[in-house]
Amino acid sequence: MSVAGLEQCIAPKGWRRQPYRVRYRLPQRPHSNLNCFGEGYASSVYVSGRDIVELLSGGEMIAKALEDEGVEYIFGYPGGAVLHIYDALFKTSKVPHVLVRHEQAATHAADGYARATGKPGVVLVTSGPGATNAITGIATAYMDSIPMVVLSGQVATHLIGEDAFQETDMVGISRPIVKHSFMVRRAEDIPATIRKAFHIATTGRPGPVVIDIPKDCTRPDAKFEYHYPETVKLRSYAPAQRGHTGQIRKAAKLLLSAKRPVIYAGGGVILGESSELLTRLARKLNYPVTNTLMGLGAYPATDRQFLGMLGMHGFYEANMAMHHSDVILAVGARFDDRVTNTVARFCPGAKIIHIDIDPTSISKTVAADIPIVGPVQSVLEDLLDILDSLQEKDPKQPDTAALGRWWQQIDEWRAKHGLWTGRRYGESDRIMPQQVIESLYRVTGGDAYVTSDVGQHQMFAAQYYKFDKPRRWINSGGLGTMGFGLPAAMGVKLAFPDMEVACVTGEGSIQMNIQELSTCKQYSTPIKIINLRNNYLGMVKQWQDMQYEGRYAMSTYEDSLPDFIKLVESYGHVGIQVTRLEELDQRMEEAFAMKDRLVFLDIFIDPMEHVYPMHVAPNGAMKDMWLSKNERT
Amino acid sequence: MRRIISILLENEPGALSRVIGLFSQRGYNIETLNVAPTEDVTLSRLTLTTTGDDKTMEQITKQLNKLVDVVKLVDLSEGAHIERDLMLIKVRASGAMRDEIKRTTDIFRGQIVDVGPNTYTIQLTGTGEKLDSFVAAMAEADILEVVRSGVAGISRGEKVLRL
Ligand SMILES: Cc1cc2nc3c(=O)[nH]c(=O)nc-3n(C[C@H](O)[C@H](O)[C@H](O)COP(=O)(O)OP(=O)(O)OC[C@H]3O[C@@H](n4cnc5c(N)ncnc54)[C@H](O)[C@@H]3O)c2cc1C
Ligand SMILES: Cc1ncc(C[n+]2csc(CCOP(=O)(O)OP(=O)(O)O)c2C)c(N)n1
Ligand SMILES: [Mg+2]
Repeated sequence: MSVAGLEQCIAPKGWRRQPYRVRYRLPQRPHSNLNCFGEGYASSVYVSGRDIVELLSGGEMIAKALEDEGVEYIFGYPGGAVLHIYDALFKTSKVPHVLVRHEQAATHAADGYARATGKPGVVLVTSGPGATNAITGIATAYMDSIPMVVLSGQVATHLIGEDAFQETDMVGISRPIVKHSFMVRRAEDIPATIRKAFHIATTGRPGPVVIDIPKDCTRPDAKFEYHYPETVKLRSYAPAQRGHTGQIRKAAKLLLSAKRPVIYAGGGVILGESSELLTRLARKLNYPVTNTLMGLGAYPATDRQFLGMLGMHGFYEANMAMHHSDVILAVGARFDDRVTNTVARFCPGAKIIHIDIDPTSISKTVAADIPIVGPVQSVLEDLLDILDSLQEKDPKQPDTAALGRWWQQIDEWRAKHGLWTGRRYGESDRIMPQQVIESLYRVTGGDAYVTSDVGQHQMFAAQYYKFDKPRRWINSGGLGTMGFGLPAAMGVKLAFPDMEVACVTGEGSIQMNIQELSTCKQYSTPIKIINLRNNYLGMVKQWQDMQYEGRYAMSTYEDSLPDFIKLVESYGHVGIQVTRLEELDQRMEEAFAMKDRLVFLDIFIDPMEHVYPMHVAPNGAMKDMWLSKNERT
Repeated sequence: MRRIISILLENEPGALSRVIGLFSQRGYNIETLNVAPTEDVTLSRLTLTTTGDDKTMEQITKQLNKLVDVVKLVDLSEGAHIERDLMLIKVRASGAMRDEIKRTTDIFRGQIVDVGPNTYTIQLTGTGEKLDSFVAAMAEADILEVVRSGVAGISRGEKVLRL
């Protein structure tokens, strides 16, 4: 703080200095061109004895609160209603700001950052169109329970309700897709509101929180005492801290009595940082594990006990094991309709134990026999302890002979139709999409962060990239948002500049946020874009092939696609076209060898390929699948 | 099954819209809704009646509890409780009907709270069912207006809904 800027005043009576929260380490900044404006706070302060109180404007309080919250990046876009905030950031903030090219991308980038790091993503947008552009990204984060704080500008308080310029009811529009929202009414409430927002976004079942801030609350000429609260008091918000011991004990007994058990683990294991505990539990019991699309990486994919993904496009062995199981341990998974197929026919012989921090996830679609409400981490710890003591008393459990037979059955399924035990896709003179993902896996040593858009390419990536670690697979599962992949990759790369980040996409999806190639240029985020080019909205086409006798209603572009190579070059990046299988690996390697360049691999694949397995619908059970165009269970 | 859910809600702008939004967003029924501040100015008390099978009811209470603005919630229909709905009903009252309406009102223990040359306004409190039967009993009369507050409810005995 520069002495010149100190304004000496008298602190109000009875005031005590509150220590700031410990800051996170700021990332070393690999990119010299990141917009990190500020030199620190040189604004008015009170000095009273040895205590110093800062006097900050609403805008400055926002900047300072984000710093005190340990925010590493703000993703945003300026406009009238947030100009005071931007000016405050410019003058004071040490938090780098990433200027996107569309507010939707700001939310996806913040979301990608959050999924990769586990820390909340932060977004700043202006009122009206800025706010509405952010909506898709907020909904995306909401559906996948991603922690995010979105600050949106609002017209000045006295204009609210008058259809003022760029006024939209952001709190109203976002209400069904946020965990909670706040409308700031008095500037002095800003620090406490921001603290609450971060608390709500990151605890319990995470989710996005919107703070709508009228412009007058950020005025530079109205200054307030600033202190960032240490603790948050919210009488009506108390997410579960522990599971019910009695329920956990029941679950442990049921688990040990199982003859055909399956562990069905989802995104909650990743959100709850419990992959290791889950792995410990599975190994201890030698039970098979399947992951949802959101749970990939929660259990190491290359482990023998892993059955692959389950669900609509899940692995044969995973869906068969689920259907024939007698006990299912569902951990941080929400029995989504992409998983269960027809609920009434779901796993008829199975007793279900369901661990989830959110009571509404339990028995929402499939009724749980033993519900356990609590954070995965503490519940799994308790479960492991109880299992230990039960096994001490009766070492004969679980029934190893039955388990042996179960594994034998699973191995048979696996050998017959498992995606990783032999080649399961067709031969063609074109590159098969599965081969591209296998190549990506090889070239990146299975250790890249892989983001994805939505469509067939997403499913191929989920099936063929074997994720051994949590937070490496970053995709929009619940909302299925095309346009997610590129901005998300940007957010991941900013968080982990030294890691490989690949975005698997399709020519349809990439065009939904392609403008972010410009942002990637500005902030030097050398990600690798793997475009599985089939010249179709492939996932739509697959359904039209299967259900509409191949009538491709609006799933083709009729030769209107851009020359992607020229396009990415015009943004200052590298484009490589790949049309022949023989050159695939080499091109892939070339791309990843260019460490400091964004490379767009435009890979022409067989446009007729479908994603299999695929659940038979309607009225199918978990076990009912198409295995290829002419083979079904 | 019909349920009466009573909620202590943060008395904050936007809180009520979250509750109502939840019902429309998730396709739950809402039959009556009554809301007013309590003796604690920071809290509103909201009573709503809804119908649905057990599974839906379980989801409704869980989803309501999940709202950050919902401080406490009770399903009154799970125990002994009192429910009251207030109705104001304006009817055409002339000629022979004037006495007839007065008699029926007395039977239902209603009060005529406003008298015009050709109209009565009757106030009646009770369960929703009682009000329904009163309206049915008025079938002969020419009903001009019906206003109901929606059910407000409270548990019987020692059981209380408070912080
Ligand atoms: C084209 C397409 C195809 C798809 N096909 C499939 C498919 O074949 N298979 C598939 O699985 N999905 C598929 N999906 C994704 C699907 O739509 C759902 O997003 C996904 O199944 C949900 O994953 P999940 O059950 O792990 O729940 P998530 O959405 O990850 O939810 C996490 C759950 O964990 C809980 N939780 C969070 N934190 C904690 C904690 N700390 N402790 C305890 N619990 C916690 C939450 O309350 C929530 O219930 C597809 C999506 C698309 C777009
Ligand atoms: C924003 C949005 N609009 C529409 C859809 C519906 N949709 C799902 S997949 C898909 C096709 C995606 O095409 P492409 O990106 O080329 O991927 P491919 O399936 O060909 O691999 C569409 C249109 C969606 N998921 N998101
Ligand atoms: Mg395509």
